[in-house]
Amino acid sequence: MANPLKSLTPLGHDAPITETIGAVTITENTGTALASLAARLGYEVEVASIAQTAAIPLPGPGRIEFAETYAAIWLGPEQWMIEAPFATHEDITAILKPIFTETASITEQTDAWVRFDITAPDLPALFERLFNYDLRRAGVGAATRTVIDHLGCYVIRRADTEVSILGPRSSAHSLHHALTTAAKATF
Amino acid sequence: MIINHPLLGPRDSQEFVYLGDAALIHRPDGMADGSLDKFIDYAYLRDNPAGEHRELWYHEQGDRSWLVVTRNTVTHEITAVELARDVARREGRSK
Repeated sequence: MANPLKSLTPLGHDAPITETIGAVTITENTGTALASLAARLGYEVEVASIAQTAAIPLPGPGRIEFAETYAAIWLGPEQWMIEAPFATHEDITAILKPIFTETASITEQTDAWVRFDITAPDLPALFERLFNYDLRRAGVGAATRTVIDHLGCYVIRRADTEVSILGPRSSAHSLHHALTTAAKATF
Repeated sequence: MIINHPLLGPRDSQEFVYLGDAALIHRPDGMADGSLDKFIDYAYLRDNPAGEHRELWYHEQGDRSWLVVTRNTVTHEITAVELARDVARREGRSK
C-alpha cells in the first residue's frame, strides 16, 4: 500500500471493483454520501416544506425519489435516507443540518453502508434467489429494506435493469459473496 | 405466512419478530393505587385463545414499525393489520 492513510473501499481495495458474471454486472459504488433524516415530533409539516424549498424529495412508503442533487429513500414513517454525490457532499450532515435546523434529526450514514449496483437484463430472476421481496411486482422507484443472507439491506430499483443494494459495510464481503453466488447460479 | 403491512403491502413473515398479546400496549400507570396487582397481571397473565387473537409484530427487517395483527391462531388467517401507533392514538395515547 503506497499511502497507509488512504481510505479503503468497503471490500478493502484501493479502488471500487466491478465484476461481470454472465449477464450480471456487480459494481461497488463509493460515490454516494448518505445521511438519515427523521422529522422531530410536531415538525412534520415544517420538514416537508423545508425539504421542498431545498429540492430534497421526500417520497412515500417503499419508494425512492430523485431530484437534481439529492435523492431520498423512505425508511419509516417520517424518516428518510438522503443520498447525495460524495464528491460535493462528503460532509453531508454539515450541509443538511443548517437546512433543517431543529426540525429534524440528521445522522451521518455514509460509512455505515456498502453500495453495490447490479445490472442484469432479468433482475427478478437473480433477486428471487436472494430475498422474499417481490421485485417483479416492484417497478422502477421502489426502495425497501429486506433480508439478504441474514443481512438487513436496502433494495433500490433505479431502473428496469439496475438495482442498488445498500448493505452493512462491516459485512460487505458476506453480501458480495451472496450476490456473486446468486449471479453464478442464475446466468 | 404473509403479513399485509399497512404501508408497505404484503411482506414475508420472515422479516417480522413476534412479541405477543397486543394487550401489552396497555401498560398500567406505575404511580397509581393498586399498581402492583395491575403490573402482576400485565407481566404474567395472558389470554391464550384458540381462535382470533390480537398480537404485536415488529417489522425488524423492514421499516421497524410495530404492528397490531389480528390472526386466527387455529387457521393462521390474518384478518386485520394496523400500525400500533394508530391503535394507541385512537385510544387517546401517544400524540
